[in-house]
Amino acid sequence: MNWIGFFTIYKKEMMRTFRVPLQTIFSPVITTALYFVVFGSAIGSRISVGGDVSYAQFIVPGLIMMSLLSSSLAAASSGIYFPKFSGTIYELLSAPLSYLEITLGYTLAATSRAMIISVIIYIVSLFFTPVPIAHPFVAVLFIFLTAFTFAMFGFIIGLLSDTFEKLNIFPTFVITPLSFLGGVFYSVDMLPGIWHQISYVNPIVYMINGLRWSFFESSSVSPLISIGIIVIFLVACLFALWRIFKTGYKIKT
Amino acid sequence: MSILKIKNLNKEYKGGLKALNDVSLEINKGEIFALLGPNGAGKTTLINIVCGLVNPSSGEVTVNNFDIIKQYREARAFVSLVPQEIQLDPFITVEQTLEFSRGFFGKAKKPELTKEILEGLSLWDKKDNKVIQLSGGMKRRVLIAKALMNEPEVLFLDEPTAGVDVELRRDMWKFIAKIKQQGTTIILTTHYLEEAEEMADRIGVIDKGEIKMVENKDILMKKMGKKQLLISLKKTLENLPADLQKKYIVLSDDKKSLLVNYDSELNLDIAGLMQTLKNNNIEIGDIVTKQSSLEDIFIDLINE
Repeated sequence: MNWIGFFTIYKKEMMRTFRVPLQTIFSPVITTALYFVVFGSAIGSRISVGGDVSYAQFIVPGLIMMSLLSSSLAAASSGIYFPKFSGTIYELLSAPLSYLEITLGYTLAATSRAMIISVIIYIVSLFFTPVPIAHPFVAVLFIFLTAFTFAMFGFIIGLLSDTFEKLNIFPTFVITPLSFLGGVFYSVDMLPGIWHQISYVNPIVYMINGLRWSFFESSSVSPLISIGIIVIFLVACLFALWRIFKTGYKIKT
Repeated sequence: MSILKIKNLNKEYKGGLKALNDVSLEINKGEIFALLGPNGAGKTTLINIVCGLVNPSSGEVTVNNFDIIKQYREARAFVSLVPQEIQLDPFITVEQTLEFSRGFFGKAKKPELTKEILEGLSLWDKKDNKVIQLSGGMKRRVLIAKALMNEPEVLFLDEPTAGVDVELRRDMWKFIAKIKQQGTTIILTTHYLEEAEEMADRIGVIDKGEIKMVENKDILMKKMGKKQLLISLKKTLENLPADLQKKYIVLSDDKKSLLVNYDSELNLDIAGLMQTLKNNNIEIGDIVTKQSSLEDIFIDLINE
């Protein structure tokens, strides 16, 4: 294992994050805080989600997860796309680095960035309402697994994209709608009949509900099923990456 | 002793373009090898395969006896590449980009090496500047500096002085000669044949994916270099006198000069020739000699 090589990629990516903190960290935090003000405080006081949990508290895990998904995906996809676009990927490909080391360097940096944003969003939410976490270690596990999985997914998108437009197709047309429909602002149990059933096809439902369980010990889906679905998604991403690297598709000619 | 061995290397791109056709080549340790060829000849493909940027279709490449695919870590540890295009992260500093280059190779920071390389390339005072703030010539030097951070045994320079002004090009030649003195093997592709003529120990010519010739530069110049002696006459000469009628002496169409073609094989007796002219009362106005350059040799080879 080329540890120094792996850590150099990680460090380079983290430096990229902190070079433009307004864009990479504070922009998602501000957006999420606005959601919180509008849905949590203004409208939320009139919505009941049952039990002891207020609506403002209820949406915190969903907002964290929504930001986590988009930031980990964006960080990893842009992280690998820009070297491809600018040509600087030659340095990585000609160095004694394995594909695993390159992948882990980028995806763990994207995971770290997303986790930092999650922590900040959680801290910001505390200014509006107390949000106790029933199982902090489970929460960290969900946050890490989800961020890492979506970083892998973003890495694949970055590898396969050959234009800026393609880079943005998935986040805009798939991830954002699935996040909104994944129960960030509502419990899928509130949906009637067929819409309730359809919701369970959306993998993001499991991620949001997994984190929600770690906060409140109650959710629409069992946490074990949630972890299982995330792991399946992660394995699918790993398999896709293995195939891409094996053939050199879109990286080497 | 060979440091790089290429055996029966083939590359066919998707779509059927055959970029390399059964290329075999050995590069000696410590030499400067210039690979010449027209655009699209396969020079960059060859370099990119050795450096791991392009997958070969078939064939074998070893660096220091390590296979570039099966033992890629060991093989790549010895090799560095200076690419043809300026490919740099514009938003980091010169010093950072150099340190990252070393890090990718799994080597710990070595500030004294960074300083030595930056000073050698007159970049030390720019170390804290962002790459985006540098001129084109400086960026090209940064690319060379990055490649040296890995302390390579084999350095590939893919058209290192393309688009660089004459003064900087000469500075780079000096720097490359210095690296060679330290024992680094250098393989360069270039369009400037003057560059190969100035620096290379051996020259390879590649065209349409095939190695046409590999030869020691001095031998090549000797073997294929032609010389011409142009004698301008004070008065026109209607016909060549009998003792000057030799196949290598030509009277120009305007009858005002004699052109003597010779090469290293033909031991031309210049003093004798002058005496013959004098004996025939032919007065000499001026004498110019011309030796064919590598460029002429290269064009002859490609046109064969």
